Amino acid sequence: MKKPLKSFKKMRELMSKHFHEVYEASQDDKQKVAWCTSVGPAELLHSFGFKVYYPENHGAMIGASKKASEYIPYANAIGYSQMICSYLTSDIGAFLKGETPLQKAYNIPSIPKPDVLVYNTNQCRDVYDWFSFYGRKFNVPVIGISSPVNVGEVTENIINDVATQMKSLIPTLEEVSGTKFDIDRLKEVVKLSYECTKLWKECLFFGTHIPSPLTFFDYTVLMAPAVVLRGLPEAIDFYKEANEEIRQEMKKGLTAVPDEKVRLYWEGMPIWGRLRMLAELFYELNTSIVVSTYCNSWIFEDFAYDFDRPFESMAKAYTELFIVRNEEVKEKVIANWIEEFKVDGIIYHEAMTCPNNSNTRYGMPKRLQEKTGKPYLIINGDLNDMRLFSDEQARTSIETFIEQILENK
Amino acid sequence: MYYLGLDLGSTWCKGVIIDNKKEVIATSLEKTGYSFIETSEKLLDELFKKSSLKRKDITKIVATGYGRKSIEIADIIKTEIMCHAKGAYHYFPEKFILIDIGGQDNKIVHIGENGEILNFKLNRKCAAGTGAFIEESLSRLQVPYEKVKELIEKSDKDITIASFCTVFAQTEIIKLIKENEKVENIIKGIFNSVATRVIEMETLHGTVVLTGGVIAFYPFFKEILEKKANCKVKVPPYPQFSGAIGAALFGLNSEFHKKHQLVL
Ligand code: SF4
Repeated sequence: MKKPLKSFKKMRELMSKHFHEVYEASQDDKQKVAWCTSVGPAELLHSFGFKVYYPENHGAMIGASKKASEYIPYANAIGYSQMICSYLTSDIGAFLKGETPLQKAYNIPSIPKPDVLVYNTNQCRDVYDWFSFYGRKFNVPVIGISSPVNVGEVTENIINDVATQMKSLIPTLEEVSGTKFDIDRLKEVVKLSYECTKLWKECLFFGTHIPSPLTFFDYTVLMAPAVVLRGLPEAIDFYKEANEEIRQEMKKGLTAVPDEKVRLYWEGMPIWGRLRMLAELFYELNTSIVVSTYCNSWIFEDFAYDFDRPFESMAKAYTELFIVRNEEVKEKVIANWIEEFKVDGIIYHEAMTCPNNSNTRYGMPKRLQEKTGKPYLIINGDLNDMRLFSDEQARTSIETFIEQILENK
Repeated sequence: MYYLGLDLGSTWCKGVIIDNKKEVIATSLEKTGYSFIETSEKLLDELFKKSSLKRKDITKIVATGYGRKSIEIADIIKTEIMCHAKGAYHYFPEKFILIDIGGQDNKIVHIGENGEILNFKLNRKCAAGTGAFIEESLSRLQVPYEKVKELIEKSDKDITIASFCTVFAQTEIIKLIKENEKVENIIKGIFNSVATRVIEMETLHGTVVLTGGVIAFYPFFKEILEKKANCKVKVPPYPQFSGAIGAALFGLNSEFHKKHQLVL
């Protein structure tokens, strides 16, 4: 395999620092911890000085640690179905078992206790139920935004509705944090998030280069600061340095796979428990996955919608999000990326426990194939529950798909 | 010049030898057992016995199927979907939809007029609608496979076992037994259920070609599928050997591999 970039090591140090800070805050009465959904109103929380923790990131860590299937049954046993989000079931299962991947990765004994849980249902309803479990456990407020779903055009009405809901969170956040809301501080944080987004986009768009210097598997690691540190200056510093390193390495010939023959789009969630196996398989097949809906979902260009109206900018950014949109918009977005990243085909991961991120269920693959002429493959699996994934079937399908593309090239 | 194709499947292993005119010279069939290496040796012995050829007469051995990477005697390995497509296209050189119903999985492949794969699908991680489901159901009913055809001809009711899952389907069968349903109707229901699983996977239109073990063992299934899918179904000679024939054909034109340098 290729030599790892220094940025990967930097990122791990940054994440370690982040988790230690959040954990320490949870142990210190003077500091407050807010839990936030991955595309929740993080900027608002940072403006109050909360340390922000993202359970989905924790869910992904459990998935990558391959322990999800061990934890999920504990959540099933208390009534959380095998059919619902396996981030939720593995996270709650790990909690019930008293374990966390933070122990092994960062020597942190437990997840940080929340003072408030803040969700946005823009991605799914599961996050509400997930946070409600912990709200009951820790006896802390669970507040959030109920976003519209299947959105076509993001209209002023929608923006005002979501912005109003965001504003209504202020009293609880003031009470929990003991800090008065400061709109100027929020404006600054939104600007920081926008800076982060621009740099993250730049990083992702290295994938448009032929051959690509990085693949989806690199980006699922490199994306962590864009997810958990957006709104903080550290994320900006990180991507400035990382992008510079990638640019320099590209000059020296950095490529993700040797002799890139095929370029693919990954639609859907990562299969966290099989990232390595898949990365190796695509590497052997001289195939780069150069773009993904998942990683691109943390590009929020609408933070710049109106810097003087930060709530409206956040509302727009968090509703323009891919997962919130209707099929028509989603298809347009994917078709554009297919073109921009010059891909030969698209792999859809149908995650059994996340219908929200599985765009295979309402006929999209066939429609997009007709529209773009690009072949597709559907892989059945899951984000965390590897009992729903067949290695052999996936391997055979992927190998055939690459052969099919090569034969037809 | 002779070419040998091995299709090492999850339930059955198949072998064929073809000559350079693409004619099938010999076929052999073995239950997969516990060792792909041993099973392939048995296949080879049988093929050489039937064809009176020797190992040195074979120009290329090509392996496909789940066990393709488990043996060392193959010169080339190819994925089974490519081989099935090639094997079926050999007999029907036109645009068509290939349905292969095997021991543990179903494949649906759209093949273009030049034999290229346009799209393909495997069934989910479940044996419903595959040969394994038929085998298990027949064994529950204690009906040997030789008797199935005769029984089905007697059936007077069109039952369909509706469950998606093999385990649930078995409980549906138990319910039918409890209700004293005639065994021939239950058997018809089992095959109807396999056809339903197939039409759920894809809209069938144009030329449809059916291959795999199920159609080889139960030729009447063609009519059941035609009725369910409302389309004409073609079955090539040696339907169970389609993948192995495709593999052997890849041996015959192995230039492709030199072109792409990919070992799959
Ligand atoms: S979007 Fe999917 S993976 Fe994410 S929290 Fe919701 S159900 Fe789980």
